[in-house]
Amino acid sequence: MNFLSIFDVIGPNMIGPSSSHTAGACAIALLSKKMFQHPIQKVTFTLYGSFARTYKGHGTDKALLGGILGFQTDDERLRDAFAHADEQGVEYQFLIDEKTVVNHPNTADILMESADGHRLFVRGESIGGGKMKIVQIDGIDVDFTGEYTTLIIQQTDKPGVVAHITNCLAKHEVNIAFLRLFREEKGAKAYTIVESDEPIPAASLDAIKENEHIRELMLIQM
Amino acid sequence: MDFLTGEMLLELCKKENISISRAMLDREKILGGASEETITKKLERVWEIMQHAAKTPVDTPKSSIGGLIGGQAKGIYENMQNGNNLCGPILSRAMAYACATLEVNASMGLIVAAPTAGSSGVIPGVLLAYQEVKQVPDSMIYRGLLNASAIGYLLMKSASVSGAEAGCQAEVGSASAMAASAIVELMGGNEEQCLNAASLAISNLLGLVCDPIAGLVESPCQTRNSIGAANALTAAEMTLAGVRFPIPFDEMAKAMLRVGKSLPFELRETALGGCAGTATGCSLGCDICGN
Repeated sequence: MNFLSIFDVIGPNMIGPSSSHTAGACAIALLSKKMFQHPIQKVTFTLYGSFARTYKGHGTDKALLGGILGFQTDDERLRDAFAHADEQGVEYQFLIDEKTVVNHPNTADILMESADGHRLFVRGESIGGGKMKIVQIDGIDVDFTGEYTTLIIQQTDKPGVVAHITNCLAKHEVNIAFLRLFREEKGAKAYTIVESDEPIPAASLDAIKENEHIRELMLIQM
Repeated sequence: MDFLTGEMLLELCKKENISISRAMLDREKILGGASEETITKKLERVWEIMQHAAKTPVDTPKSSIGGLIGGQAKGIYENMQNGNNLCGPILSRAMAYACATLEVNASMGLIVAAPTAGSSGVIPGVLLAYQEVKQVPDSMIYRGLLNASAIGYLLMKSASVSGAEAGCQAEVGSASAMAASAIVELMGGNEEQCLNAASLAISNLLGLVCDPIAGLVESPCQTRNSIGAANALTAAEMTLAGVRFPIPFDEMAKAMLRVGKSLPFELRETALGGCAGTATGCSLGCDICGN
């Protein structure tokens, strides 16, 4: 078990009312925003399970939208997220899906779109106590929490791509904490997710991009 | 340096001749790698948020998102100011402040989960009431927070602080045990007495179910926080008056978890039983969620 701090017991400092339905929801959206590296013009949320049933009373909708606007889980602006989104010209829509069976009762899908046509779909689960994980990107199953510096690489599933990535990271002295590969099917789109304790230098990304099978990089620094 | 049980905590305090709050502070410094200055800064911020949430709704109440609560803290406080309170200055204040914190929580305000959002009113309620009446400096309150976090840490390790897992006894019950132990230390009680008060507090709320109306952290959560605060104060006072609870803290923590596990699903945060499952509870749930 990880070290439990005083401030894990008397904490976190958070906007209420619920660590799973409010803070966890905000954290999913905040991480999704960091993954989508374009200005968000429109966002569509789909809520499942307990999120779908009780989102209004828990402010899950405001927490999700606030996260998309970049607000942290203890930011008092979350309460007025709708007004802030209107002010910033971010369009938003909430869809409720009580029929689809999902793996976790607190699941949300987030589809982000930019004015110049970029789109990113992310599914997150709020797993309790304000903790969460991302379980899907653009339809591919993944699994990471954003608690470490995270490098998400979209690539074509070809031999040598992961070797190229680890080689580039080694050259820039990045110590890899976790590395996992997730793919659609053999030879198709895949994601490599690298988690590191330290920041990952931008120069290593340029080196990674040189491989022809690398499609896109998303870096979330701690 | 780490202590995994109440017994180990007592041994450590005895060996080093330190208080529970000091043991928790040293643990954080040594195992968490934090400086005392950083810890104090964080405690200052925690106390600032707690006081703000406990006081604001007494003057300017706000309705909760679900509309089930809002204004209760103001009512309790004014009743006390008019001299109509039954419970004495500390307990009446603690009730008001505990209720107030839940009002802030339920209207998307900033609170400190202690140990959870649903039980966030107990510790600030007790500590702020104690500070105002006994006129102690903030440094004493930080000791109280450290002591409370030691108890909370042990309960997170060996029991549960999740309503979905073990009912309200795990949330408000844990918060109440934490606050009881903290007050005993602040009142000059020894470490055994701190754990005695925590055991007593747990025993008094053993079996308390989690049954939020409409599934929201509003009612009966708010008033249960007041009960948690009252229970903490009575457990501390009984302990300091010499009442000894026969079951050790570690055994009570395990008992609480066992009772929690044997609670039916309907009584663990599903909004299907207890207050939520009554005819009125169900109809309020339908009105709020529009189902």
